[in-house]
Amino acid sequence: MDFSVVNKMLFEGSIGQEGGFLHNIELFAVTLLAALPLGLIIAFGSMSKFKPLKLFTKSIVWIIRGTPLMLQLFIVFYGPGLVFGTPLFVGAEGRMKAAAVAFIINYACYFSEIYRGGIESIPKGQYEAGQVLGMTKAQTFFRVVLLQVIKNIVAPMSNEFMTLIKDTSLARVIAVVDIIMVAESFSAKGIIWPLFYTGLYFLIFCGALTIIFNKIEKKLSYFKS
Amino acid sequence: MAILEVKDLTKSFGKTEVLKGISLSLEEGQVMSVIGSSGSGKTTLLRCINFLETADSGLITVDGDVIFDGNDKKKRKAKETREKQLKIGLVFQQFNLFPQYNVLDNVTLAVKLKAKDRPDYKQNRKQILKEIDEKALRILDDMGLSEKINNYPCELSGGQQQRVSIARAMALEPKILFFDEPTSALDPELTGEILRVIRELAAKKMTMVIVTHEMTFAKEVSDYIVFMDDGVIAEEGKAEDVINNPKTERLQAFLSKISD
Ligand SMILES: Nc1ncnc2c1ncn2[C@@H]1O[C@H](COP(=O)(O)OP(=O)(O)O)[C@@H](O)[C@H]1O
Ligand SMILES: [Mg+2]
Repeated sequence: MDFSVVNKMLFEGSIGQEGGFLHNIELFAVTLLAALPLGLIIAFGSMSKFKPLKLFTKSIVWIIRGTPLMLQLFIVFYGPGLVFGTPLFVGAEGRMKAAAVAFIINYACYFSEIYRGGIESIPKGQYEAGQVLGMTKAQTFFRVVLLQVIKNIVAPMSNEFMTLIKDTSLARVIAVVDIIMVAESFSAKGIIWPLFYTGLYFLIFCGALTIIFNKIEKKLSYFKS
Repeated sequence: MAILEVKDLTKSFGKTEVLKGISLSLEEGQVMSVIGSSGSGKTTLLRCINFLETADSGLITVDGDVIFDGNDKKKRKAKETREKQLKIGLVFQQFNLFPQYNVLDNVTLAVKLKAKDRPDYKQNRKQILKEIDEKALRILDDMGLSEKINNYPCELSGGQQQRVSIARAMALEPKILFFDEPTSALDPELTGEILRVIRELAAKKMTMVIVTHEMTFAKEVSDYIVFMDDGVIAEEGKAEDVINNPKTERLQAFLSKISD
């Protein structure tokens, strides 16, 4: 089989259709775009002084982090149909949407814990200094605390991003055509090397992530918290 | 009239009564030292006056303006609290500098943010910011930090960091400056430079309240000394009197323990 055709198919699913690694990247990007801000909201919920909200948020985070993402994918995809009688997610696009919803919820919960750890590690003295100097709470957060939080969470975030790109393959359990699914269809035909080729895509992607995160880490190394 | 007036201030944490009715008063340009063993409530007193804790009852007046009234239970607006907060400055034991800003920015950050409230800020922005920088540079020069304005806190010694934090508090031109054991986090050989800076401020008639364990320094720099014991002021008076002729047994015991 022609090398370039296989290469193309790893990106297209079946010829002429979007899929393959593009689906992995799409899911990666959509998840980050929504889960990064959502995670921050969840983090503030889990740190709330209002006990019921705190308890509620923490329970959700505990459930999501304590159950497999694969299970969550099934529940999001089949759940609405089984409960309301009409499936919410239909067709290839629907499956992709279902995957995105499950990934966003799952990763938002993981991100929220990273944010929480980063925020809680800022010494109380930083807030008190801001207050004593007559700064508003918002000024103290945005001008003093935020960059320190970012510095604290770069390393755990980098791990989470790499786990995410590899996790995107899980979407195949609700028939989202990802790159591993395509590669596997080759191996069914007796061609093994697309599987290794697929591994290379992930390696390159993670390599790029590593480089970017190292850059950020270096940029923030001029100060110590 | 006294610039600082504290009347019957009380504060409890849960069931522990930490301040059991503290009253004191300080004249403009004077220096007061607060001494006492650890756990006697010195930090809590400073934190109550600086709004880092809310006292349970009592009255605090600064420069004729009531900044805290335990009988007035209605919640104050955050902006009003901030304005009152700016009348007083606090230097922390642990410096609490902002690590991501260099020395100059540490000193100017809050002043520049505050300047945004000025009605002429939009028109004269450049001029205002320039003046703030110039003033900060003058203060840093007084602190002997001219060489360090572009350094980050992590590049400074503890003594230098504490001097930056004093400069940061001074830049807001507080009426009274409070110090909570400003040398306790420092190696012994670095305490001298901080004490020198405080002495210079005293010579310039800066009104200050200093919690300290350095008795010789307290005696020399302060006009007035307050001895706290278990949440009350057990003895107070002119600096030399308190240190040289302690009247209460508790202060005698404290002073002999400290000089060991
Ligand atoms: N936030 C707090 N919660 C509970 N107890 C506190 C708190 N802050 C101080 N205390 C208690 O108040 C007492 C006085 O503390 P502090 O004011 O720090 O004394 P000092 O500064 O004289 O050593 C101590 O017994 C301390 O444990
Ligand atoms: Mg203390």
